[in-house]
Amino acid sequence: MAKQISVFLENKAGRLSRVTRVLGEAGINIRALSIADTSDFGILRIIVNDPDKAYRILKDAGFTVSETEVIAVQVPDSPGSLATVLEQMAEENLNIEYLYAFIGTSENDALVIFKVEDIEKARETFKKKGIKFVDEKRLYQL
Amino acid sequence: MYCWDQEKECMSREQLEKLQLRRLKETVYKVYAFVPAYKEKMDRAGIRPDDIKTLEDLQKLPFTTKQDLRNNYPFNLFAIPLSDVVRIHSSSGTTGKPTVVGYSRNDIEIWAELMARALTSAGASRHSVIQNAYGYGLFTGGLGVHYGAEKIGASVIPTSGGNTKRQVLLMKDFGTTILTCTPSYALYMYEVMQEMGIEPSDLKLKAGIFGAEPWSENMRKEIENKLEIDAYDIYGLSEIIGPGVAIECRCKSGLHIAEDHFIPEIIDPETGQILEDGAQGELVITAITKEAMPLIRYRTRDLTILNRTRCECGRTHARIQKVLGRSDDMVIIRGVNVFPSTVESVLLDIPGVEPHYLLIVDRKNNLDELEVQVEVSESIFSDEIRKLEELGNLITKELEGNLGVGVKVRLVEPKALERSEGKAKRVIDKRKI
Repeated sequence: MAKQISVFLENKAGRLSRVTRVLGEAGINIRALSIADTSDFGILRIIVNDPDKAYRILKDAGFTVSETEVIAVQVPDSPGSLATVLEQMAEENLNIEYLYAFIGTSENDALVIFKVEDIEKARETFKKKGIKFVDEKRLYQL
Repeated sequence: MYCWDQEKECMSREQLEKLQLRRLKETVYKVYAFVPAYKEKMDRAGIRPDDIKTLEDLQKLPFTTKQDLRNNYPFNLFAIPLSDVVRIHSSSGTTGKPTVVGYSRNDIEIWAELMARALTSAGASRHSVIQNAYGYGLFTGGLGVHYGAEKIGASVIPTSGGNTKRQVLLMKDFGTTILTCTPSYALYMYEVMQEMGIEPSDLKLKAGIFGAEPWSENMRKEIENKLEIDAYDIYGLSEIIGPGVAIECRCKSGLHIAEDHFIPEIIDPETGQILEDGAQGELVITAITKEAMPLIRYRTRDLTILNRTRCECGRTHARIQKVLGRSDDMVIIRGVNVFPSTVESVLLDIPGVEPHYLLIVDRKNNLDELEVQVEVSESIFSDEIRKLEELGNLITKELEGNLGVGVKVRLVEPKALERSEGKAKRVIDKRKI
């Protein structure tokens, strides 16, 4: 399990650069990033090296920000492996709210960040099915 | 000269003031005797009906506000029993408690007279074909114009609002000579006309009587040039009677207020002090002939200037300048009154939503649009788009239900909206009026 920082952003020029600048100046390193958007607003989702600090810094800077529990899964960097993980989750009726992926942490694996409805159940399932997930500390230090 | 009732509309100031005083005294006695809310207010101010001896004594009486109407919801300001009330209208734009106005049979008769005056002032007669595109219903615009138009014996087409293509079709086929609607709707009709390939020269339209929202001299010029008609401004508010309180004559230099029924005053909205003629201030109206719901010194919140000099048209009734502002922050959107306070109370009713909001009013393609910006606080923020969109939809639905007008809700970042010490800026009106 891991903490993701979610930030509300209006869809206008300069907002994303402002968030990243605030984080950069505080020495926060972004590990993974995804943006979901509508015509009016977007939600920036990031994994950082120090989520609690990032949360504080962004809140102080006036952003609407929240910490969200997500789960980072290590998926072999090969064709079909994400499909296998997703199928196994579907078998257990695990609902996914959203996910995003990034590569480049180790030579053979990709990381997929899942936001699921029931995180405990997800953990159990992953353990049962032998799906590797990355623990918090390791994820932040990647 | 076009007058419906020359004797009343052109009576000497001296005669007029005598008539006003008599009617004022009667009204004050009546409300003191029959409306507990007025008695209470007058007792508190130490004023007895006998103290009203001259027209100047009107100033001694306390003001009546929209809040008084709400406090006495629904019928406590009525001065006659409900069995004698033949019509009840209600104004839009307030949460929970709308304002209510009752009419006796005689009130309806007077209203029709005043609208007959207004229509005649704009050139209508029994030969006119009047297309009434004001909304029929609780809103006073539709029925007000309708009764006046029938009174003068014109042929009325009660199209009400909407279905613009049909409006244009009927206008052409029925030979409409006078159009009544909001000024922005008139311009919208023109656009639809263009799309349909209909030119003003294909129509018999001569004049339009436009009101229920503020509009400028420039907008008048635009309407007159495009539709090739004379455009007249009409003023009214449902609390007083509806449309017909004041109307422009052919001179188009101010709206004649029907002084045999209404006494106008202009006050400083901050201090309540009476201002000299010619100074801009808030219009206060005392209705001196209403039976069901007389109003004493009602604060309209409309800003204007009073002019008692004689008009070239021959009418002696005082003129108010075209109303272009409000002393509160109410905005009128497509004829509907919208108060920021309503938006605020709707937002506060939604768990987690903070009352940081801004209303942005704009006019696109001649139709008013209302955008409500709401700040996303941590308590309502979700990292899921779906949940935020659901929240936006909920706010939209609640606002539309309470305001009675279409709303676009935009979620914005906290502190995106300007904070200010004291009175926050709640409305940005981008309409060029």
